[in-house]
Amino acid sequence: MTLMTMIMKMSEGFTRTCAIFFLTLIFSLPLGMIVALLRMSKNNIVSNVTRFIISVLRGTPLMLQLLAVTYGPLYLFGWSVSRNKLIPVVIAFAINYAAYFAEIYRGGIESMPVGQYEAAEVLGYTKSQTFIHIILPQVVKRIMPSITNEVVTLVKDTSLAFTVSYMEMFTIGKQIANSETSFTPFLVAGIFYFVFNAIVDFVMGKIEKRMDYYK
Amino acid sequence: MKLFEMNHVQKSFHNNTLHVLKDINISVNEGEVVAIIGPSGSGKSTLLRCATLLETMDGGDLIYMDQYAARNDENGNSVYGDKAQLKKVRSCFGLVFQNFNLFPHYSVLKNLTDAQTLVLGRSKEDATKRAMELLEKMGLASKAGAYPCELSGGQQQRVAIARALAMDPQILFFDEPTSALDPELTGEILKVIRQLAEENMTMVIVTHEMSFARDVADRVIFMDGGVIVEQGDPKEVINNPKEERTRQFLSRFSNN
Ligand SMILES: Nc1ncnc2c1ncn2[C@@H]1O[C@H](COP(=O)(O)OP(=O)(O)OP(=O)(O)O)[C@@H](O)[C@H]1O
Ligand SMILES: [Mg+2]
Repeated sequence: MTLMTMIMKMSEGFTRTCAIFFLTLIFSLPLGMIVALLRMSKNNIVSNVTRFIISVLRGTPLMLQLLAVTYGPLYLFGWSVSRNKLIPVVIAFAINYAAYFAEIYRGGIESMPVGQYEAAEVLGYTKSQTFIHIILPQVVKRIMPSITNEVVTLVKDTSLAFTVSYMEMFTIGKQIANSETSFTPFLVAGIFYFVFNAIVDFVMGKIEKRMDYYK
Repeated sequence: MKLFEMNHVQKSFHNNTLHVLKDINISVNEGEVVAIIGPSGSGKSTLLRCATLLETMDGGDLIYMDQYAARNDENGNSVYGDKAQLKKVRSCFGLVFQNFNLFPHYSVLKNLTDAQTLVLGRSKEDATKRAMELLEKMGLASKAGAYPCELSGGQQQRVAIARALAMDPQILFFDEPTSALDPELTGEILKVIRQLAEENMTMVIVTHEMSFARDVADRVIFMDGGVIVEQGDPKEVINNPKEERTRQFLSRFSNN
């Protein structure tokens, strides 16, 4: 196989890598906020259950969670494995990343000075207006560096989809490497991830810069 | 006309082990400027925080213009009004904090207009007009587009005062408005408050600036240990206090 066909085949997989990446972000960023709010709930049962779920999601390998979501329904209920593996893969990724984002959101929200809430309250903002207009925009700025870290990790984590043989770039690369007994596909994969992350870094940097208009 | 009234206010912290306000009674008339003085820990901030609904009182009435925010029940516990009632009450007062608490992600102008549009439902044009009027008055019209972090402490506090005034409150509370400022910046804030007093704005000011309290206030209240020890004409209270505790406290400001 020539290097060119290798790259062609792998870029086909790269579309799927991008699908995992973007779908995970689209679902996990908002889901993380819901989880964070549940985690901070005044109801002790709700917050403790959420805390436990978060600690399980962060305390076990994502690889295991991928296997559980993909094959769990088969072993538990005898359901056939989803034909389009993108669905279980994205579900597993989204839930796992939501747990990480939730903790980042929570840290950001809890770092907000109480004076911001009090100033808004005295001015007559409702609780939800305070959160949406006053707290959230400041939290987003504060947590942006941590979010960037997670997004960079996600780029590399997409390769874990090989454990359930979802045909993303790394899975294809691995197959080619096996059949051709060549190390080259791994090099190619490495370059793909590196370039992808350079773009991610650039974009996140732009976003952070746009929020630099104050303090 | 009586604008604001608190009767028999009780407030404790730490499961009632720290009794901070002990049967406080205050009423403020329209156009009156009241200064509250007293040593650290005497409960001045707690009193303002109860008045502005940032703390809930354990017992006592809280009344703005004949509208009850909270009412003492037969057991001496404060019972607060419902959401709608508290919203109405909240529109009666404003509060200026010691450390400004401006919204750092908003420009100066947006700090003044946001609550007007969100809370009062004013149009953007009306809100901007009102905001610019107030900034003009504070000498900060040129800073409308600036962000709070680009301003001096004195300028920030003037923006905070303007932000409170933009809501057209009937009464404005200040909790040590100059304490977070460098000494050379306190003058500009005191000047603004003085000007508001001349325009008959009703104000309650917690302050350590004795000469300011004496010159501007219509009445001075001296608090210590959670009670009002003495109150009356500022010159009387500050120059010839009747109570020993007041005298002791004021002796620390003798160079004033
Ligand atoms: N949220 C709170 N929780 C527990 N204790 C509190 C709280 N707020 C105030 N206190 C206590 O209540 C007492 C009165 O405090 P307060 O802040 O009202 O005093 P102050 O007169 O404003 O003093 P200062 O001049 O230092 O501002 C203090 O002993 C303080 O520690
Ligand atoms: Mg205080």
